[in-house]
Amino acid sequence: MPEQSEHLVKSFDQDLKRLTDMLTRMGGIVENQVALASVAIMERNAEAATKAVEEDVKVDALEREVEQFVIRMLALRQPMAADLRLVVAALKITGDLERIGDYAANVAKRSIVLAQFPAPYSLGGLAHMAGLVQTQLKTIIDALGSSDSDKALEVWRSDRAVDDIYNTIFRELITYMMEDPRNITPCTHLLFIAKNLERIGDHTTNIAETIYYTVKGEVLPEVRPKGDTSAYAVVRPKE
Amino acid sequence: MSATTEQSHSHGGVQARAETGMNAPRISIRNLDFYYGEHKALKGINLDLPDRQVTGMIGPSGCGKSTLLRVLNRMYDLYPGQRATGEAMMDGHNIVSPDTDLNSLRARIGMVFQKPTPFPMTIYENIAFGVKLHEKLTKPQMDERVEWSLTRGALWTEAKDRLHTSAMGLSGGQQQRLCIARTIAVRPEVILLDEPTSALDPISTLKIEELIDELKHDFTIAIVTHNMQQAARCADQVAFFYLGEMVEVASAHQLFTAPKERRTQDYVTGRFG
Repeated sequence: MPEQSEHLVKSFDQDLKRLTDMLTRMGGIVENQVALASVAIMERNAEAATKAVEEDVKVDALEREVEQFVIRMLALRQPMAADLRLVVAALKITGDLERIGDYAANVAKRSIVLAQFPAPYSLGGLAHMAGLVQTQLKTIIDALGSSDSDKALEVWRSDRAVDDIYNTIFRELITYMMEDPRNITPCTHLLFIAKNLERIGDHTTNIAETIYYTVKGEVLPEVRPKGDTSAYAVVRPKE
Repeated sequence: MSATTEQSHSHGGVQARAETGMNAPRISIRNLDFYYGEHKALKGINLDLPDRQVTGMIGPSGCGKSTLLRVLNRMYDLYPGQRATGEAMMDGHNIVSPDTDLNSLRARIGMVFQKPTPFPMTIYENIAFGVKLHEKLTKPQMDERVEWSLTRGALWTEAKDRLHTSAMGLSGGQQQRLCIARTIAVRPEVILLDEPTSALDPISTLKIEELIDELKHDFTIAIVTHNMQQAARCADQVAFFYLGEMVEVASAHQLFTAPKERRTQDYVTGRFG
């Protein structure tokens, strides 16, 4: 997130640029991981799945690199105001991106198991959810590169839709499991996949909040619109 | 200019207090101008010094922050051609009005300078000197006052066995704490510190900062500093000055994490060209 005019100390600008570059690079890899994981489920593509899992190593390495660099900048530059917000934001965002990468890798792994079972039904809902999550992720990584608080706000508001689809899929999968116990294994994996996608949406929203604070200097006013109600859901078979 | 003055209004005074949880003001500065001859060094300053809290003043050299301290204890009276207009109200009295009794004002508003300025006397006499000007104390009372001041000045344990040796034999950090103790000895209400640690090593600096933290329970403190981290560590509220204007005042937390004014932002992040 490059900011306004330059520092008197030029190397400080270079450090800040390096930090944002690392984050956007990490964001790019993670975005790709989610895309690969999505292809892996929808197209039963083991190659894509393997690629998504392999990319995780890079993400983990970048996370450590960002962490070390942030600590170094705090110690040596003692950033203030917008710079301070950016450096602290980088530390938080790198954590969120790393989690997103983990979830994507987990989705990819499950897709390999899932491929061994006949699909009990259409994966349209899941595909829609994955698509939404990918769009959000892409938008937020763009917002990260361009310090765009409006885009961040847009993503922050749109997480509700992902939660709604998740709730629908949750109920749907339980129904399939009740219909036929042989569905339990694939449906459990699908449930985890849906949950992982939903969590990716949540971390994307976290990043949106962080970007908003970094750019504006103020915390988002309202409580985040959160719609995953599956924790309270009870689905009973008809007597 | 007019836009900036408006901002000074909205960021100073009542609104800022409500936002930041500052105490009621001990000194209220309103529309204060100051001139060095023709040169206007302070332009329409509006600022409250909250009671028993620390106000940090930051800004580049020549921005007027030290001038403001000099106005508050009327130091400028020593120099012809320097004058202040406007208000600096303390207990309903305007400090800059001509009928202010300067001796009692300076007993109420003490000042400590950048370089330690001990008198060439014993440590004991350094403290007693100012007290004698304002109060008649017996020997035991004076002993007690000296001990109290040095204790509050965080110098007692180091100085108690050498009270009657020359203050010039103290280290720079000790001399500065002696100057603070000397200022407290006359029991002022406000203490003005003009870059009190810029000539000191980091450990002596931290001792002074700890002392400021201790003293703010009893005194209203204003500190001018070039060290932003110091302002961040010591001050409850921080005011940023630039070219004779007070650009922004906010809690230290607000000013150093999310300043409202672009000029403040540029200064605290080191972008000032």
